[in-house]
Amino acid sequence: MTAADTKAADPPAAVPHRPGPKPPRPSRPSPGRPRSGRGKSARLPYLLIAPAIVAVGAVFAYPLVKTVIMSFQDMRRAHLWGGTTPPWVGFEQFTNILGDPHFWAVTVRTVLFMVVCVTATMGLGLGLALLMQRLSTWVRLLLTGALVAAWSMPLLVATSIFRWLSDSDYGVVNNLLSRLPGVDFQGHNWFLEPWQGFTVIGAVVVWGAIPFVVITLYAALTQVPAELEEAARLDGANALGVFRHVVFPVIKPVFQMVTTLSVIWDFNVFGQIFLMRANKPEPEYELLGLYSFSKAFESASFSQGTAIALITVLLLSGVAVYYLRQLMKTGEVE
Amino acid sequence: MSTSTPPATTPVAAPEAATGDDSAYELRPDRGRSRLLYDVLGLCAFAVMAFPVYWLVLSAFRPNREIRSYDQTLWPSSFTLDNFVRATESPNFWTAIQSSLIICGTSVAGAIFIGTIAAFAIGRFDFYGRKPFMTVLILVQLLPPTAMLIPIYIQLNNLGALNEYWGVIVVYTVSVLPFATWMIRGFVINVPKELEEAAMVDGCTRMGAFWRVIFPLVAPGLAAASIFALVTAWNEYLFAYILLQDNDKYTLNVWLMNFTTDRGTDYGALMAGSVLIALPVVIFFMLLQKKMATGLTSGAVKG
Repeated sequence: MTAADTKAADPPAAVPHRPGPKPPRPSRPSPGRPRSGRGKSARLPYLLIAPAIVAVGAVFAYPLVKTVIMSFQDMRRAHLWGGTTPPWVGFEQFTNILGDPHFWAVTVRTVLFMVVCVTATMGLGLGLALLMQRLSTWVRLLLTGALVAAWSMPLLVATSIFRWLSDSDYGVVNNLLSRLPGVDFQGHNWFLEPWQGFTVIGAVVVWGAIPFVVITLYAALTQVPAELEEAARLDGANALGVFRHVVFPVIKPVFQMVTTLSVIWDFNVFGQIFLMRANKPEPEYELLGLYSFSKAFESASFSQGTAIALITVLLLSGVAVYYLRQLMKTGEVE
Repeated sequence: MSTSTPPATTPVAAPEAATGDDSAYELRPDRGRSRLLYDVLGLCAFAVMAFPVYWLVLSAFRPNREIRSYDQTLWPSSFTLDNFVRATESPNFWTAIQSSLIICGTSVAGAIFIGTIAAFAIGRFDFYGRKPFMTVLILVQLLPPTAMLIPIYIQLNNLGALNEYWGVIVVYTVSVLPFATWMIRGFVINVPKELEEAAMVDGCTRMGAFWRVIFPLVAPGLAAASIFALVTAWNEYLFAYILLQDNDKYTLNVWLMNFTTDRGTDYGALMAGSVLIALPVVIFFMLLQKKMATGLTSGAVKG
C-alpha cells in the first residue's frame, strides 16, 4: 500500500488537485541535505528531463515546425521520392485553401459535428451522472460495469461494432426498426445521406465518450455536501433550483474541463469516420482532419495537407489556451 | 494517439468509493417510488451502453448463417468458434500479434523509463523551466494527430525508415510519454519527502534516495501508468497504417482493417478479431478499476 494507493480511497478534492509538497529549493540549504549537493541539484533536474525534452522535441516540436515550413512550400510526390527541396510558394497554399468552397463546407461541417457531439455527450453525461447518484446500489454497479466495458473498447473495435449494427442488410438496427409497425428499414443504407451517416458516426463518438464524462462528473458530484442540498430543499428550493444554485457550482470546474476536452476531441474526430467508410471516406464525409489527410496521402499534395493541419491547430489553439488556464487555476501545474 | 490520451487532470474517485450516500435519502419516506423510476431509467441506460458490447461478443460466437440472416435474434441458436478460426487463420494474424507486442512493449518500456526520471525532476525539484516544461507536456497532447502525421511520414521517408519498426516505436514512445510523465508525477508527489530526506541523512545521494526509497513506493503507480500506456499504444492504428507498409509488419489493428474488402465485410470474423483485440484491454481495465481513480487524478485517461 503506497501513498498513491491510499489517495484513491480518499474522497476526491473539490479543487481538482492538491498541489504536492513544494519541492525543496536547491538554493536554500536545508538541514540534512549534503552540502555538496547544491551544484549537483542545479544540474540534476535538467539532466533528468533532458531525454523527455529531446523526445518531445523530435516527435512533437520538430514536426510542428516542419508543418509550418511545408505550408509555405509546394511539396509533391516527386520531392518526396527525389529528396529534393520543394519550391517556396509563399501564401499560395493558404489562398488556395481559403478560396476553396469545399474547405469552408468542411470547416462548417466540422464545427457543427463538434457542437452536436459535445452537447449530446455533456448533456447525457451530466444526466447519467445525476442519475447514478439516485440509483439502487445494484443498478449502479451494473451501469458502472457497462460504462467501463464501453470505455475499454478500442476505437477501432467500437467503430467496427457500430458498422455491424448499422449494416444495411444484416444490421440489427435496421432489423429492429423494421419490426415497428409501418416502418421498413430492411436494406436501408445509412451512409447514402451524409446526415444519416453522421448520425451513426456521432453515435460511436458519443457512446465512446460518455463513460469518461459520467465517471468524472459522478466523482465530482460526490463532493456536493448532502447537508447543503437538504438545507436548500428545506428552504423551499425545487429540484432545478437545488441543481442550479447548490450542485452545479460545485462541479462547475470539472464540468468546464471535461467540456473543453470534449471540444478538442470531437473537433479532431478522424478514426471513426475513416474506418466507418472503409478507409476511403467520400468528400461529403470529410472533417478537417480527414480533409488534410486525404489532401496529403490521396492527392499527394503534402503542403496543402499541412496547411490545412496548421489552420486546424490555429483554430484549436484558443480552446487549448482556455483549457490550460483552467488547469492553472486549479493549481494542477504547480 | 495523442487525442486518445488526454491530459485530463480532473478529480475522479472510483464510483464505488461513493456508495455511502444512500442513508441521506432513506430519511425521506417518499423516496421509494422515485427510486424505482430512477432504477428503470438506469437499467435503460445500462442497456444502451452495454448492447454494443453484448452484440460484439454474441456475433463473434454466432454461426455465420445466422449472421447473414435478415432476422437477427437477440440470442443465437447455437455457439460456434468458426469465426475465431477464420479470423486466426486469415493471413498475417500471427505476425500482427508479433508486431503489436514488439512495438507496444518497446515503446511502453521506453516511455516509462524516460517518464519516470522526468516525473522525478518535476515532482521533486524546483528549477527554471519547470512550469513551461509541464505546460508543454499538456499542450502537445492537444495537437491533432493528423497534423503530426504528414511531417513525421516525410521525415521517416527521408531517413529511409518507413516500414521499419523503430519509426513507429519512437512515435508511440513519445505519444504516450506526456501523460505517462504526468501520471507518474502524481505518484511521486504523494511520497512524503521526509522519507527521502531520511535516506539522505543516512548517507544516500539524491539519486540513491530516489532509486532506493521513492522508486519502490511508486512501483505500483508505474504499473498503472504502464498499463495505460500499453492500452493507448495497443489501440493506435493510424500511424501504424501509414508508417508501415508490409503486410507482415502491420499491427493487429491494421490487420483488423483487412476484414473489410471491396467485396464486402466478413462480419463474423471481424467481430471475432475485434474480441481478440479488445480482450487484453478489457482485462487491463478490470485490473485497473481501483487504480483508475488514482491514475485519473494524476493526469491520464483514455478518451
